[in-house]
Amino acid sequence: MAKTVGVVVFPGTNCEMDAVFAVERMGGEGRLLWHADDDIGGVDAVIVPGGFAHGDYLRPGAIARFSPMMGAVAGFAADGGPVLGICNGFQVLTEAGLLPGALQKNSGLKFLCQPTVLRVETSASILTGRVPVGTELSVPINHFEGNYTCDDETLARLRDEDRIVLRYVDNPNGSVDDIAGVCNEGRNVVGLMPHPERACDELLGSADGAVLIGSLLDAA
Amino acid sequence: MNESQAGPSPTGPEPVADRVLEQEDMMEFDVLVDVRLRGGIADPAGATIERALPALGFDGVTGVSVGKTVRFTIAAADVGEATTLAEDLCASFLTNPVIEDASVSVSPVGGSA
Repeated sequence: MAKTVGVVVFPGTNCEMDAVFAVERMGGEGRLLWHADDDIGGVDAVIVPGGFAHGDYLRPGAIARFSPMMGAVAGFAADGGPVLGICNGFQVLTEAGLLPGALQKNSGLKFLCQPTVLRVETSASILTGRVPVGTELSVPINHFEGNYTCDDETLARLRDEDRIVLRYVDNPNGSVDDIAGVCNEGRNVVGLMPHPERACDELLGSADGAVLIGSLLDAA
Repeated sequence: MNESQAGPSPTGPEPVADRVLEQEDMMEFDVLVDVRLRGGIADPAGATIERALPALGFDGVTGVSVGKTVRFTIAAADVGEATTLAEDLCASFLTNPVIEDASVSVSPVGGSA
């Protein structure tokens, strides 16, 4: 039976159908979860997708974390459920306290929409279980506030605990230590700025994201 | 799931708004919250303004930073309680302590204090 992945939709989310497409492309079943509901409905994994949740007012993710669905997602994550935040979804997960650090504005002061090459730094996460360390993947980015930052103590912990999941080969946005994606202590919550769901078919310019979405389905 | 770094709580803030309002003892206070990016945090708006100033004839202007202000009115028994409530709201929602600092100013509505 196909595994079901819930895709959270806030007002202003705009990548939910990309996420559903990618999940279904990899043999799963996508199900949209409205932010105002408070039940994830028995899904096997959750994606918090990209966009501009609640218009990014105040800060990206700042208001989204108060949506009832985020309480349900936090409970699911606390029970070990796989949760993936992509782009704005990564920002939401940091604001919600499910991942450390924050996303500040790109150091080059420009909105960036381009392919990037990512290096897989650990296979021990719900996003990279199928991928050997050192694998390079072409995955696009599409953000203005994707410059990952955290304090020195947090960065040391992320390194020591092998929680930097992906790094940029050629850092496009100034992220500390070239970080593109991190995971939580339990390794079941991952956030990344690049969009693997937009790289699941050669017609889209790259199919390198497929192995990441496939890994998420394995973990589900 | 909780991360040691100072930041928003996964379960959300304590419900500071759940206090009982006893109207006869309450005063209203104007609150002004000044949110600034912490040192070292990228400020493209500030950088862009600073770069534009010489072309407009304003030389010698440095250190431009762009933040935001949030204003609201709050009911509280006294200025101390109003300040505590405003600071709680600031720490739990209006700022992200990883990248922002804030200062809170509280004054009685219509007053001169």
